[in-house]
Amino acid sequence: MCSVCGCHNEQSRLISIEQDILSKNNRYATINRDYLNERNIFCLNLVSSPGSGKTTLLCETIKALGHETPITVIEGDQQTSFDAERIRKTGVKAVQINTGKGCHLDGQMVGRAIDELKPESHSILFIENVGNLICPAAFDLGEAKKVVILSVTEGTDKPLKYPDMFHAADLMILNKTDLLPYVDFDIELCFQYALQVNPDIQILTLSATRGDGMKSWLNWIEQHRE
Amino acid sequence: MHELSLCEDMIDLLRERAKVDHYSQIKSIQIEIGKLSCVESYALIFAFSAAAKGSLAENATLKINEIPGQGWCDQCASEVTIEQRFDTCPHCDYYPLEIRQGDKMRIKYVEVI
Repeated sequence: MCSVCGCHNEQSRLISIEQDILSKNNRYATINRDYLNERNIFCLNLVSSPGSGKTTLLCETIKALGHETPITVIEGDQQTSFDAERIRKTGVKAVQINTGKGCHLDGQMVGRAIDELKPESHSILFIENVGNLICPAAFDLGEAKKVVILSVTEGTDKPLKYPDMFHAADLMILNKTDLLPYVDFDIELCFQYALQVNPDIQILTLSATRGDGMKSWLNWIEQHRE
Repeated sequence: MHELSLCEDMIDLLRERAKVDHYSQIKSIQIEIGKLSCVESYALIFAFSAAAKGSLAENATLKINEIPGQGWCDQCASEVTIEQRFDTCPHCDYYPLEIRQGDKMRIKYVEVI
């Protein structure tokens, strides 16, 4: 009740906030980034639509890097821990995050997973984000680089259809190139679209199942770790 | 549906501010959504009513001010209005344009009791 006249109109007031809606996420991402940088842990955030071959690529990458480089993995999926189990079979430590109704990983979730994993210094931390080319684009996790994986079984025009993700990524990997003879996919046009959205994006082509192009990918990792 | 988690984050942020600015109920929230940010205003309003339930923002009105996208063309040395991130300069077709406005999402102010 109003204290002046006893009416039931409560006095409202305006408060200036001036904060980015993502500021809470970005705070957590900064904490993650500082933690990883202090320990010289190279963190890659892998994003793609479902079925691009992210988990296969990750398993093959872990096998190829051998046991010389310590590796840990954060797996994001809406439900199940199937992918984390596949990763653990390669011999590395993986933590599964189930996002439930959520469609992406956020900075806070990744922070909790890092606490649990405790990756060692001078190691590589892979984050396999939820298969989704829209939402993960907006959420900084504290990673060093974002890698978007596209496969030749998808549409050539995906970079234009999901520009935010390709704009945010540092590297685009075109996977499943062994299937090119069987699908209608225009590589040159796809690259042109990706560069139109992000002129600085780097591009690699590979087949994780057959091993073609894996060396370039491993070289890219080594170059950017330094 | 990342609009739902953005709404949850927004309410968390306003809950933190409630302690500092001493309010217990929010009547309206004014936000700015850039046309180039990856958010759909319609989905944000839809998600907001669900996220606000049982919070200090329950029954609050979400007022959205859409900010148009603006880019800078190096070739023409002029500022141009753009609809998408990958738009080319409408005068000379040059790209990439430097994004100058329209890729942010900000809470401007709240009306509180």
